[in-house]
Amino acid sequence: MNIGEITQTIEGKVLCCEDRLDTEVVTCCASDMMSDVLAFYSASNGVLITGLVNPQIVRTAIMVDAVCIIIARDKKVDDTIVNLAKDNGIVVILSPYTMFETSGRLYEAGLRKSKG
Amino acid sequence: MSESIHLVFNVDGNNFASAGTASEEVKSKLKMIGISSADIRRVAIAMYEGEINMVIHAGGGEAIVDIFLDRIEILLADHGKGIEDIEQAMQPGWSTAPDDIRALGFGAGMGLPNMKKYTDEFRIDSTVGVGTNVYMTIKFN
Repeated sequence: MNIGEITQTIEGKVLCCEDRLDTEVVTCCASDMMSDVLAFYSASNGVLITGLVNPQIVRTAIMVDAVCIIIARDKKVDDTIVNLAKDNGIVVILSPYTMFETSGRLYEAGLRKSKG
Repeated sequence: MSESIHLVFNVDGNNFASAGTASEEVKSKLKMIGISSADIRRVAIAMYEGEINMVIHAGGGEAIVDIFLDRIEILLADHGKGIEDIEQAMQPGWSTAPDDIRALGFGAGMGLPNMKKYTDEFRIDSTVGVGTNVYMTIKFN
């Protein structure tokens, strides 16, 4: 599944790096605890779904080589986050759904957590 | 590449938003010199957790990084309040982080265990009231 298809599946709004929507993603992680993401999520080309909105969601994504961040439930996202993501080529998508439903839609569409 | 690369960063203790910038720089430096992405990720995660710790608990400090052909050595030095019981601090889930930090996605007591997990050598020297030094070595595979 690529990031463009992910955006359609969750009826999301892309906030930056629109030129990267054809990037294929291979895994996904949903968490509000960034330390858990850092501890258990070690695959590159992944998606991070979170309900948090602070710059550390982008830094965490950078450290684990994620290519896309989905922010659940249409939150207000400030420019610091978008600019940091843009500088690092990470697509940020705003989802109108809760973290549960965002995850569920993507799972139903075939996205899985990678092994290992 | 010369024998080693020596980098020193100031970690700003008053700005949670900027925490992680040193790790980001080290990550791109390692990428530039051709270290494998798996090794880079181990370095980035361990150092980033360390940086976050310095900001949350110690009011910032210094990150001193030496990159060699076969490994990276990282020293995170702060002049914070120190760790009373290092063994206890290493237990997954044990944390003294305040609620406002937990609300930002950290402070669940996973930082130090994560750092140990991703490094080949890991040591903490700490004196209460003086500060903490965290030494990490990651070998490149």
